[in-house]
Amino acid sequence: MQTRILFFGALKEAAGVSERMEALPSSVTTPDMLIEYLAADDPRLMAALQAPSIRIAVDQEIMQRDDIIDAPSEVAFMPPFSGG
Amino acid sequence: MTGKVETDICAAPFDADAQAATFREGNPAAGAIVIFMGQVRDENETVTALKLEHYPGFTERSIDAIARNAAERWALNAVRVCHRVGDLAPGETIVFVAAAAAHRRAAFEAADYLMDYLKSEAPFWKQEVTVSGTRWIEPKEQDIKDKTRWR
Repeated sequence: MQTRILFFGALKEAAGVSERMEALPSSVTTPDMLIEYLAADDPRLMAALQAPSIRIAVDQEIMQRDDIIDAPSEVAFMPPFSGG
Repeated sequence: MTGKVETDICAAPFDADAQAATFREGNPAAGAIVIFMGQVRDENETVTALKLEHYPGFTERSIDAIARNAAERWALNAVRVCHRVGDLAPGETIVFVAAAAAHRRAAFEAADYLMDYLKSEAPFWKQEVTVSGTRWIEPKEQDIKDKTRWR
């Protein structure tokens, strides 16, 4: 199953793309593990995604980094919001 | 009973004055109407555009939840939020917020609350395009502090 990974705001530049599709291994069971998987060979992206100010939405619901995720279809990494 | 709640994301410029008139006409029973309009500012004539990004679906649900919270917290006849996304030129409206209530205090406070939450709890990302390049705008410490007034 493919998971759509979305990067918003400045994270788009850190990731080099606004989205990518990934076939996640079943060993990836939390957002923390997902970050390690996605940025395994990119320390700059790893640091950007691990920043505490980054919010993570799994299938459009905010999740904590150690919450269990089960075959999500979409995961979004979101820097601090700046509306209005 | 909570008042009527309307929220919109607009990808194209909208007429905030016309929205204000429509909101007012739609709420003849309200004794107080507070309208807030936020616009792209160009203090030194260096900002050429503001790019506003959102997360389709998630952003709509988030601003709807913020507006519903306001409608539960204050006795409002109606509340309306309209937020722009896309490329904005200086002078264009970024956000329109309207609150209608029987009396002024609820309308003022609800509009103030809505703006505080839209600033730092609504999934939007702003990039400023200036003559010398682009930069992402992070929420200011004050924006985050402002929100704590409503706890």
